[in-house]
Amino acid sequence: MTENTKNAVTDNAARPPSFWRRFGMQFGIWSVGLVMWLAFVISAPGSFTHKEIYLAFAATTPIFALMAIPLTLVVITGEIDLSFPSIMALSMCAFAKTSAAGAPIFVGVIAAIVMGLICGYINGFLVTFFNIPSLVITIGTQFLFLGLELAWTNGSGADLTDGKFGVVSKILVGRTFFGIANQFWWTLLSAGVLWFILNRTKFGSHVFLTGDNKISAQLMGVNINLIKRWCFALVGVFAALAGMIGSFEVSYFWPTMGSGLLLSAIASVFLGGTSVFGGVGTVTGTFVGAFIIGAINAGIVAAGINAFWTQVFFGLVIIASVILQAVISKRVKS
Amino acid sequence: MSNVQPVIQLKNVSKTFGEVRSLSGINLEIYPGEIVGLLGDNGAGKSTLVKTIMGFHKPDDGGEIWFKGEKISEWSVAKARALGIETIYQERALCEQQPIWRNMFMGREIKNKYGKIDVKGMKAEASRLMSEHMGFTSTAVHPDNPVQTMSGGEKQGVAITRALYFEAELVILDEPTVGLSLSETKKTLDFVQNIKKSGRSAIFIDHNIFHIYPAVDRMIVLDRGKVAGNYKKSEITMDELIDSMYRVARTGSLEEQ
Repeated sequence: MTENTKNAVTDNAARPPSFWRRFGMQFGIWSVGLVMWLAFVISAPGSFTHKEIYLAFAATTPIFALMAIPLTLVVITGEIDLSFPSIMALSMCAFAKTSAAGAPIFVGVIAAIVMGLICGYINGFLVTFFNIPSLVITIGTQFLFLGLELAWTNGSGADLTDGKFGVVSKILVGRTFFGIANQFWWTLLSAGVLWFILNRTKFGSHVFLTGDNKISAQLMGVNINLIKRWCFALVGVFAALAGMIGSFEVSYFWPTMGSGLLLSAIASVFLGGTSVFGGVGTVTGTFVGAFIIGAINAGIVAAGINAFWTQVFFGLVIIASVILQAVISKRVKS
Repeated sequence: MSNVQPVIQLKNVSKTFGEVRSLSGINLEIYPGEIVGLLGDNGAGKSTLVKTIMGFHKPDDGGEIWFKGEKISEWSVAKARALGIETIYQERALCEQQPIWRNMFMGREIKNKYGKIDVKGMKAEASRLMSEHMGFTSTAVHPDNPVQTMSGGEKQGVAITRALYFEAELVILDEPTVGLSLSETKKTLDFVQNIKKSGRSAIFIDHNIFHIYPAVDRMIVLDRGKVAGNYKKSEITMDELIDSMYRVARTGSLEEQ
């Protein structure tokens, strides 16, 4: 194919993108994860060579990993959702209230998902219809959804140990295959499904195009508002799922659930190489990013370092990864 | 040509942005196999007219768009493209961080009946189109390359190939030669001739009368949002056209005063 090329520049352009160009960002996040894991293995071989600590990751990380994965799509469209922890609480509240009213358990599950969907869609609608930056509007809806939930529950939680919850609890947070928590499988499945949606559907293609250049996308007939709305709705649905998993894991619905997950989920997305400017991002990167965040928590304690250092370590890993990505993307573009 | 159905016909189309009236009462029609040059100074409303024809802007109430003798309601970009109108925009309308194949099939992704897009097929097709049709500087740009790594002419090549691939009935070229080298400009002008040869229509917008005049059959002069003149090429020489363009720019009228 390159026989007719006349100079070095065209010759260069004729080649497929190099491995580095294609997977540079992915390479960054995987190597950060690997280096960190090796550091933990060396500093705390007692913990990191036994499966218990991995089983613990598999149980705790999914709660925010499940949020980080759909959030990746929202960030690729150039938006952000800060309200999902409140959606988790409000949709779980819908579950608790319908079950308390005596409805069959599956009705409760549907109620939670519908509630999540509605809340997410409201976010998307407000962002696209009024053209308000999502950073601003989801701060508003975050208070709104949480406030509604607290008013509805009157601030009191719900016990989930009743036998009628047994099946759902087992499906969501039971243990299968060598004691691995089911929420890990759910996260893996979600990552697979959202990878497919992002990379193998028209919707996914339009997610990239919307975030890359919304005017170009519109000129070519992409309905960017519709795309954004469904991305937000997707986050809402996953918030319902993560809310149920988070609650069943501890067998209690805390009205304050979801708080503290916001930054972990967002950090996972950016750690995974998704661009804050939109148009670029991967589900796999976010998945690895989430487990890096999850590992830091447990790893610090297992390594025998004072737990107060966790935050320092968090900060360093996030800053280092983001700098690494900035450097890589600059090299890739030039 | 009066007994032939126009490909597209605009009736009394106006477009107002807030207080600013960009287009007022535009009437025009483009016939099959006809290349129409659209001329006008900056701010005459050329780009707005293109974006209105494409469905990106909605015309004000009272304006009508007819496609092949049928009045089209609910005009949108997706609908315009589905009917066979493609535009090569001045600003190129590319998503630069995305690979070439995604840009080439933007808004028109190839998918199977289950909704799964055929990434492999689109890459292969993009690769084929680029080597067969594009012909700009490099003949083999890999479909996985992001558009931002390409030169201006190659980017334009992607935009042109995209319009070509979908076999549009009407191709609109909005200042396609801006920022192109001489040879790239010539290729673009050849492309316009190919549209005519294949019996399709085009609207060709350019600042450069020397590009427009040889390429087109008819010229429409736009001034301050109105159609100020409509000439068959046989009716006007290039010098007369240039004179009248100056007159329009100074006085807003084509007639000598």
